[in-house]
Amino acid sequence: MTGYLIRRIAQAIVVVLGVILLTFLLGHIIPGGAARAALGQRATPSALAQFNHEHHYDEPIWNQFWLYTWGIIRHFDLGFSYRNNQSVVSLIRERIPKTLVLVGLSTVFALLVAVPLGILQVVRRNKPVDYLLTGASFVGYSMPAFLLGQLLILYFAIDLHWFEFEAPQSSSVAGILADPRGWILPVFSLSAITIAGFSRYMRSSMMETLTEDYIRTARAKGASPSRVLFRHALRNALIPIITLLGLTLPAIVGGAIITETVFNYPGMGLLTTNAATQNDVPLLLGTTFIAAIATVVGNLIADILYAVVDPRVRYA
Amino acid sequence: MTASSAVEPGAGAPGPAPAGGEAQQQLGGGLTMQLVRVFVENRLAVVGLAIIAFAILFCWVGPLFYHTNQTDTQKALLNSIQNAAPSGAHPLGTDASGFDLLGRIMYGGQISLEVGFAAAGIATIVGVLVGAVSGFFGRAIDAVLMRFVDVLLSVPILYLLIVLAVIFTPSVKILILVIGFTAWLVPARLVRGETLSLRVREFVQAVRVMGGGGPRIVLRHIIPNTIGTIIVNATFQVADAILLLAALGFIGLGVPSPQTDWGSMLSNGVNYAFDGYWWEIYPTGLAIVLVVVAFNFVGDALRDAFEVRLQRR
Repeated sequence: MTGYLIRRIAQAIVVVLGVILLTFLLGHIIPGGAARAALGQRATPSALAQFNHEHHYDEPIWNQFWLYTWGIIRHFDLGFSYRNNQSVVSLIRERIPKTLVLVGLSTVFALLVAVPLGILQVVRRNKPVDYLLTGASFVGYSMPAFLLGQLLILYFAIDLHWFEFEAPQSSSVAGILADPRGWILPVFSLSAITIAGFSRYMRSSMMETLTEDYIRTARAKGASPSRVLFRHALRNALIPIITLLGLTLPAIVGGAIITETVFNYPGMGLLTTNAATQNDVPLLLGTTFIAAIATVVGNLIADILYAVVDPRVRYA
Repeated sequence: MTASSAVEPGAGAPGPAPAGGEAQQQLGGGLTMQLVRVFVENRLAVVGLAIIAFAILFCWVGPLFYHTNQTDTQKALLNSIQNAAPSGAHPLGTDASGFDLLGRIMYGGQISLEVGFAAAGIATIVGVLVGAVSGFFGRAIDAVLMRFVDVLLSVPILYLLIVLAVIFTPSVKILILVIGFTAWLVPARLVRGETLSLRVREFVQAVRVMGGGGPRIVLRHIIPNTIGTIIVNATFQVADAILLLAALGFIGLGVPSPQTDWGSMLSNGVNYAFDGYWWEIYPTGLAIVLVVVAFNFVGDALRDAFEVRLQRR
């Protein structure tokens, strides 16, 4: 297990270094250069030169990359947002926990809904319920996330008054959690896409498990159908879901951009949308970096969990 | 094994159980005919294909019969009422700029579908080449390319798309390139996986013995053998690209006005959701959902078709 852990963590570190290189390069392909983007179209050549000198843009690219990487490792320096006149880290810092809450809640919610749905579809396979749920998951997957969010607001907040039409605006995570009328719709809206994928995956994983020899053995022993389903099949069918979770994480983190924008949820996704409309490239690169790190860490956790649950992986 | 483990076959297919397959085998017929038969048996796939065909006709042939102004903003503002409810003159009403919405769905659909097909095409070509080269040559090439894929896959695609769309000002061409170059990672991984198992097969050895070089083996022998995976994935890519374009449109990074796509139209429409202008939301929303569902139906059926073929070999 230790060997596997070390290998897997080393791999994650390589990917993180790759992400640093990627954001570094993205910051350098801005047409006209970073100085022009920061100072505007009317900046004088001397001002541009001074900016470039101050930010080491006049040094060889390898030096720049080294300074950039060292800045991130040593001071967690993700650059400066000229539009907001604030460091990128200070802009992002307080928003990360909020996005984590949204992503975490909706992932848990998606699993709580999708796993039973998948099992139901296996039990009633090729019956009307199965077709209905498969159809619903197709539609859920095919609907633009912002449309779903907006429709939810229209029906459940404006027409029925069950929920707020806007997410809680509290500055603390506790304040947000204290207001379920505010966060239920965003959480549901973000999980809708993954519920579709998860339940379909659960269905196929369960079907595959049911063809295994040990299931036949369990039946032969005289185990009741429900015992076979829940004790023998479900636990094994759940294992690949861990991997799926890791793989889906980027989509959930990315999807949070849309959900947060629709519900005006004050997290990193909304910050990203605002940065996009303001052409704030340093801030965009900062949120992109954090989002990537979050998925790398999430994937690492998923893989380690997988190795804990399924010992065969460790020796692969 | 193809992409199968990712998602289960569609509703119309009774899963990967080979029960139906054996009966069909006795019917015989060429390989292509078998593929077609499995595909046609899946009613959802036929429905999907019909929807796609209809959408293409509607968007490109429709404007030949239903003439509307979709490019001149001034004329639209002057000649019609903005946000007008459906009427005889405008069967689906008008939008905030006064454009006729029925005509606009055709016009926006052209761009949505165009971006969908073109971006999926780019993603597939790049992904297949990278995957096949990486899997076939292995060693350092494989290590470098796959770490590159790992890095890009760890960045949520929407973040990457937004950064690229902000850095390069959006136009139809830029959006095609940007979506295409962020979406090739999945096909690259799939094709690499298949290549790894194909490159040690006997027929590849045979080509080598006959003097076929690397490029020939990859292009003429490896890639054609992964065609099932490629086509299935490409179909899903179209659906995903249309949705990604819609998401970009919502953030304000869609095609620039007066051009439009379904996503931008929809996000303009939802701005007026509270005013009750339903005609600016539901028809366009229905168009997007129908077309994306259709591509997913077709992709699922194609996967079944190719899988049955694989089982039979």
